[in-house]
Amino acid sequence: MPGLLAGRLVQIGVVLTLLSALTWLAMGLMPGDPVDLALSADPRLTAEDAARLRALHGLDQPLWQRYLAWAGAVLRGEFGFSRLYAVPVTEVLWPALRSTLVLLGWSLLLSAGLGIGLGVLGAVRRGAGVLADGVALLAQSLPGFWLGILLIILFAVELGWLPAGGMAEGWGLAEGARFLALPVATLAFVNIAAYARHSLSAMREEMAQPYIRTARMKGLPERQVIWGHAFPNAAIPVVTVAALDAGSLVSGALVTETIFARPGMGKLIYDSIMGNDYNLALLALLLAALVTMLATLAADIVQRIIDPRLAA
Amino acid sequence: MIRLALGLLLLGMLGLGALAAPWVQAWLGTDPFAPDLMARYGPVSAAHPLGTDELGRDLLLRLLHGARVSLSVGLAVAVGATGLGTAIGLLAAWRGGWVDAVLMRVADGMLALPALPLLVVLAAVDTGRFGLLRGEAASDILRIVLILLIFGWVGTARLARAAALTQLSLDYVAAARVSGASEGRVLLRHVLPNIAGPIGVAAALAVAGAILAESTLSFLGLGIQPPAPSWGNMLSNAQEMVFSAPMQAVWPGLCILLAVAGCTLAADGLRRR
Repeated sequence: MPGLLAGRLVQIGVVLTLLSALTWLAMGLMPGDPVDLALSADPRLTAEDAARLRALHGLDQPLWQRYLAWAGAVLRGEFGFSRLYAVPVTEVLWPALRSTLVLLGWSLLLSAGLGIGLGVLGAVRRGAGVLADGVALLAQSLPGFWLGILLIILFAVELGWLPAGGMAEGWGLAEGARFLALPVATLAFVNIAAYARHSLSAMREEMAQPYIRTARMKGLPERQVIWGHAFPNAAIPVVTVAALDAGSLVSGALVTETIFARPGMGKLIYDSIMGNDYNLALLALLLAALVTMLATLAADIVQRIIDPRLAA
Repeated sequence: MIRLALGLLLLGMLGLGALAAPWVQAWLGTDPFAPDLMARYGPVSAAHPLGTDELGRDLLLRLLHGARVSLSVGLAVAVGATGLGTAIGLLAAWRGGWVDAVLMRVADGMLALPALPLLVVLAAVDTGRFGLLRGEAASDILRIVLILLIFGWVGTARLARAAALTQLSLDYVAAARVSGASEGRVLLRHVLPNIAGPIGVAAALAVAGAILAESTLSFLGLGIQPPAPSWGNMLSNAQEMVFSAPMQAVWPGLCILLAVAGCTLAADGLRRR
């Protein structure tokens, strides 16, 4: 286990370093720089002013030198400022991260719970398998943003029960839940597919094993046979899915937050890239990648805990 | 079998619709690219079977033209990703050693990342410097295909590598080598046909993934740029109108759903055969 942990942390470090360098390059290729934006905002700026501003912010340096300067500052813990919001980036990043983690947490809980429930039901009840298959196909094929729009049309426009987007103003739990309901439902439903499919096939496999027949022969109640004997074994591939799915969950959060105008990491990344806010965009992107990779690592550790064969 | 047939039927219908777009346009006699501001959000009528959009353009025709864009992006990405992924997977399995290690670490690293935020960054890159102008349908399609290929090869490569490793350890490969076949012949004539099954399944799923990714990027305003229609950018227009014209949002999404479900069903059917 310590070996796995050390190896994976090194891997995460390498990926983050490469990612930051490549993204820096990609952002250098985007149209316009902050001084161009300042120029278009203020007609009194002259060409000399522009050159002076570029020199002041180091924008006249080659791309790789700017990258090294930036990376050094980040390693010293100086994350710099957001140009778009005119505050230190950490002040925008933390609230966004918290909002996204709340969205991700509830969605993961809901999609794993419903998906696994559906898969298990499909494997033990004759006929329910078609239901599980159908829901999985639908969930896999639905574009997340379209589902979001449909939910807005139904619950916000037609019925008027829930807000179409935004965040709760106060701290009230019920109010927060009203704003969370549609985004969580959108993100969770799209992610049900993988859980339902894999728990369905894993449970079908386990239920056909001889040890299940033995357990039934001993006179155990069916509930005990399913949840006590078959499920722990079927859970192993399902946890693998959770690990592989961390990336698509974070990707889904970007779309969901954009549709529902929730100020989270996804919307932050989108807005900062659109607004030419290099520094914020890069840090937000790295943070999202870090969260994804840590989630994958956590799922791998859980997998080793529930499957002793892997721990050796 | 039912799955495969159903999937191919769905894809066939959408494909026929896409091919038939010019004839339907001639038959209806309306231009899906010419705005008609007097006929915004027009109701369903004989001239406009699904009504009109926010600029008074025929919705059905825009859907059919959008099908051309979305399906060609899906097919192009799937062909490219399958070719590239198979080549990389075969190379990794055949060469082994550090080549294998490097390629698979890269693949692992890319799988661990959230794809969409990175696609957003890539889609925002100024491609005008490389001669790909934004806003022209053909260069937009090429740009999206190239971006999706960057992530598209990974899944196929891992699958092809695993399948090829199994095949390379079998006796018939040794027999082919002993009888004097060159390495290229062993890989292309002996190994490749035997791993075609799983690769075909991956290719069908790649079409589905590419259609979803293209529509998501176009929805976010980073993919195919208007006035060229794509199912994704039709939805981004429609989102702003959910309060006044909710049906605008239904049709493009339904097309994406059917296309992706068609590919998934076909892939499922292929896998079970």
